[in-house]
Amino acid sequence: MTKTKFRLQATHISWLKAVIHLSALTPLFYTYFAAFSDQLGGDPVEAVLHFTGISAFNLLLLSLLVSPLAKKFKQGLLVNVRRLLGLYAFFYALIHFSSYVLFELQQEWSLLLSEIIKRPYITVGFIALLLLSSLALSSTKNIQRKLGPKWQKLHNWVYVAGLLIALHYIWSVKSDLVQPIIYWMMLLSLLWFRRDKLLRKFKNRKARTRHREKITKKTLA
Amino acid sequence: MLIKSPKKSAAKEQQVTDEAVYSERRNILKSMGFFGASALLASTQAQAFNLFGDDDSVKFKTRALEFSQAKTYITDEALTPEAKITSHNNFYEFGAGKSDPLDNAQDFKVDPWSLSIDGLVEKPYKLGYEDLYSQFDLEERIYRLRCVEAWSMVIPWIGFPLAAILAKAQPLSSAKYVSFETVYDPEQMPGQRSRFSGGGIDYPYVEGLRLDEAMHPLTLMSVGLYGKTLPAQNGAPIRLVVPWKYGFKSIKSITRIRLTDKKPPTTWNMLAAQEYGFYANVNPQVAHPRWSQARERRLTTGGLFSQNRIPTQMFNGYEEVAPMYAGMNLAKHY
Repeated sequence: MTKTKFRLQATHISWLKAVIHLSALTPLFYTYFAAFSDQLGGDPVEAVLHFTGISAFNLLLLSLLVSPLAKKFKQGLLVNVRRLLGLYAFFYALIHFSSYVLFELQQEWSLLLSEIIKRPYITVGFIALLLLSSLALSSTKNIQRKLGPKWQKLHNWVYVAGLLIALHYIWSVKSDLVQPIIYWMMLLSLLWFRRDKLLRKFKNRKARTRHREKITKKTLA
Repeated sequence: MLIKSPKKSAAKEQQVTDEAVYSERRNILKSMGFFGASALLASTQAQAFNLFGDDDSVKFKTRALEFSQAKTYITDEALTPEAKITSHNNFYEFGAGKSDPLDNAQDFKVDPWSLSIDGLVEKPYKLGYEDLYSQFDLEERIYRLRCVEAWSMVIPWIGFPLAAILAKAQPLSSAKYVSFETVYDPEQMPGQRSRFSGGGIDYPYVEGLRLDEAMHPLTLMSVGLYGKTLPAQNGAPIRLVVPWKYGFKSIKSITRIRLTDKKPPTTWNMLAAQEYGFYANVNPQVAHPRWSQARERRLTTGGLFSQNRIPTQMFNGYEEVAPMYAGMNLAKHY
């Protein structure tokens, strides 16, 4: 008797996607309902900011976990949930930022600009949001096809976004570093799975720069 | 001493969300923990199956106090509801999350208690638990509390001036500063047991004031709020309240008051001197290195959409303290 190996099918992926939708949206609705009706602890503003921020980070980490899992367990189809997780990470980050503007700053627009410029942890958080926005906007199949190999290059910026988000988090806390450090470790271990790819990129870039320098020198000579 | 008429507090309590509903909401949110960072902490997992359980119920006993109403130290600003004052606390000894103190302080034992007043005094002495409520005339004062994190509350404290406690010990003329120490009891305080849960603070928590600040009539030793003895998470059985300074100066659960001739070390200053100074006077002009202090969010009633962002006032609106700092550069001595 041969043991048939379990393979995820398209229907499984659809179910998985449904679960992701449900588990991403339910707590969001619940939290904001509680916050609007003043049922979310002493400071609903702080509570929604923490909730959306940490959830965005969780979702980003999950999206980064997909391809190592797919590789390890040889479940190619699993990659199909990556975009959804990434989009939800962006969605939560956007709500995080909007909540900061609407409920923390309470639409004091001039302050928004100065806070983004003056407060380093807000600066890096905002840059991460811009990165995630560009990844979200270029996430359609259409654009992916159009950009070809450039698409992968663009989407490698997710690693930079991840690092900026980890920095934003650890920079924002008063003194309790335990959780931010755990998140750093989770992010770094996800990057560790990709060390070959990342190192190759880094080396290639170096090689290209060296090559260019040589050419420049030659032309100059 | 007067017995408080229940009229005022009764009206206030109607505005307040029922305690049970309140804690239940938090449980439900937590039970969705796998989307929150708290998913990492094992204790949350158990609550996932306890949506409507009452394990969060308030076990710590408080009792009604007899007190008089202050004539001058009041404000007509809207009070922060009791449920918010008692569930939104920075008391890292019981955990660094805002609702951790409520969750973790319920078994805190405050009777017997011993508060010693010593150092550069003529007559050092100790106060026991009952003394805290009987040795001095209790008075209700309504103070603004401005946290360094840029939120604020309006709290009806019950207590007596720190000056009364100090005068009884007869400070020596060499005394220049007053230092305070929170109880050190790692068995009862999870935050003190490990650096991981206590926010990296080197316990016990210590604070200090200049003697003139300590003797100022605004400086209050509080033993109660909203008509009752202090809940554990608010610093039972006795805490300091210095309304013109950021909240972290108002040290909780004090066991020792010591008069000294040198400026005493203070916890947040030791932890991050560039962010938290010895004086820590509320000052809208001097930003925290990571955020502005020009405005604050007043926590009263109303959810996300209640517009509660107000300008922060110099010395939190207690301008009578200004002469104590005449000629001082408050940007340097933040």
